[in-house]
Amino acid sequence: MNNLVIMPIVIPLVSGMLMIFIRERILWQRWISLISVAASAACAGWLIRLNQTQGVQTLHVGGWKAPFGITLVADMLASLLVFTALIVSFACLLYMFGSIGREHERFFLYPLVQILVCGVNGSFLTGDIFNLFVFFEVMLIASYVLLGLGGKRRQLKETLQYVLINMTSSTLFVTALAFLYSAAGTLNMAHLAERMAEAGQSGPMTVISILLLIVFSVKAALLLFFWLPGSYSAPPAAIAAMFAALLTKVGVYAVLRVFTLIFPHQPQITHTALIWMGAATMILGAFGVVAYKSIRPILAYNVIISVGFMLFGVGVASQAALTGTVYYLVHDMIAKALIFILGGAMISIAGTDRLQDIKGLIHYRPLLGWLFFVAGLALAGIPPLSGFVGKVLILEGGIREEQMAVAVIGLVSSLFVLYSMMKIFVQGFWGETFLSEGEQHDTGKSALLPGVMLTALTVGMGLGAEWVLSMADLAVEPMLDRDVYIRAVLRTE
Amino acid sequence: METFMIIISGVLYSIGTYLMLSKTLLRIILGTALLSHATHLMLLAVSGLKKGAVPLIAATGTKYTDPLPQALMLTSIVITFALTAFILVLAYRTYLVSGTDDINKLKGSDHE
Repeated sequence: MNNLVIMPIVIPLVSGMLMIFIRERILWQRWISLISVAASAACAGWLIRLNQTQGVQTLHVGGWKAPFGITLVADMLASLLVFTALIVSFACLLYMFGSIGREHERFFLYPLVQILVCGVNGSFLTGDIFNLFVFFEVMLIASYVLLGLGGKRRQLKETLQYVLINMTSSTLFVTALAFLYSAAGTLNMAHLAERMAEAGQSGPMTVISILLLIVFSVKAALLLFFWLPGSYSAPPAAIAAMFAALLTKVGVYAVLRVFTLIFPHQPQITHTALIWMGAATMILGAFGVVAYKSIRPILAYNVIISVGFMLFGVGVASQAALTGTVYYLVHDMIAKALIFILGGAMISIAGTDRLQDIKGLIHYRPLLGWLFFVAGLALAGIPPLSGFVGKVLILEGGIREEQMAVAVIGLVSSLFVLYSMMKIFVQGFWGETFLSEGEQHDTGKSALLPGVMLTALTVGMGLGAEWVLSMADLAVEPMLDRDVYIRAVLRTE
Repeated sequence: METFMIIISGVLYSIGTYLMLSKTLLRIILGTALLSHATHLMLLAVSGLKKGAVPLIAATGTKYTDPLPQALMLTSIVITFALTAFILVLAYRTYLVSGTDDINKLKGSDHE
């Protein structure tokens, strides 16, 4: 029992609710947002430390012992992801301050961001699968409003589509949980894992797991990604950066958790499906990055490629691949936020996101150009940047488990990522500038501080890979030996 | 009784799916509402309806009804209720801005 576990959920929730009452005091809201995110990050950092020294931390909410109450479980995976999510939110908040404009700020932007963060942290920390559904909804409803905020025709249209798709998949989620509860008699993930290990994963259970896989595929944009490019292009760049960094990753986390803890017993069905869905996602994503000639769709399809790659790692499910996936998940949150922030700055300077109308930005804002260059290399996985280590481990795992074909697809897709990043870099930054002094729509300065911060993180993660990998190893431990997780939840005190 | 509920839920599922496949926004929203009702009914039915006494300690009887499905259903109802309210407002707003409630006409033509 450790009350610290609930802090990354409670702090954003309370500060979000507080800020609703001080709607007109924007400066206060900015400070409260930053402090709340920083304080939660400190708690998450402390949780990581506790995981290293004492093992998995749990909290039985309300004193109801598992499996009767809801348990919050901060194992290394959850703590690490919560910590990264908070760091990324901090950077996105910094970018919001300078880029998003008064109108958004007056209409509950910061409270919504806090609720979104609360939902994301809750999804990572919960140890109860129905509670996972609830935190998904908390996160999603905040994202619906953030997406629609501003009320332009395009935004409304995309929001409508996004809400309908997510409502349908949430309905499926509840359906799957109903089946799961009637078949297994529990919804606590550790308890489910224990029962599944004892009774074996029967046919109906595998069907339920496939139903869950479909649900999470919609949320994580694995194969069922058709909603993503539109809805990630519609909102302002700072909000899109938060979406790209956090929302799909929660889906990936859900797949990772459920298919390593509860349903790992029929890999020839579920994990094969995961691997090939990942492969198809990477291929279709690669088509997307080649086909488009505007910044936002290209970046959105990059999100899709990396989701496919991570789910390939989950499907392979050997130790190397899982460690790589955890590492890559952390890397991808940082890198995606970074690239969306920098892309957003390019669009705001040039006033358009069509690549043919952007040129020579490097003369105007050299630092932005070089940050973009480094970020592009990190996304493609060039050493010594952070993407490299994760990719190596996932591919190593894939090749050892004789998934050559998909490993090759993964490698080729990285080439496409590199190509698309360089396409934006060369077209956008090189050449003679169209813009004369004073013609640019925005200075783009607001992206520099969060950009430098996140770039430093990707470089640091690449150079300090040893240190991050030791944490990723700890995170993978409960996946390989499920008893670690089960004991921590069901057998403490 | 369970069988009856399951059949009702199946009927609701099919009507919901049919409505979701139509082109008018309002019908699609009603479709999602029906789908969620169907799910809630099914959630209650598959876990067994009334198997024993009220789940209070020291109440008469040794078999208790499981209260959890009802708690789950209640949570889910609250969420869907909020979402349906939200999406109705959103659809109305979209109708005002774009002047149509036909999902096909909403699609193309968004060159800013």
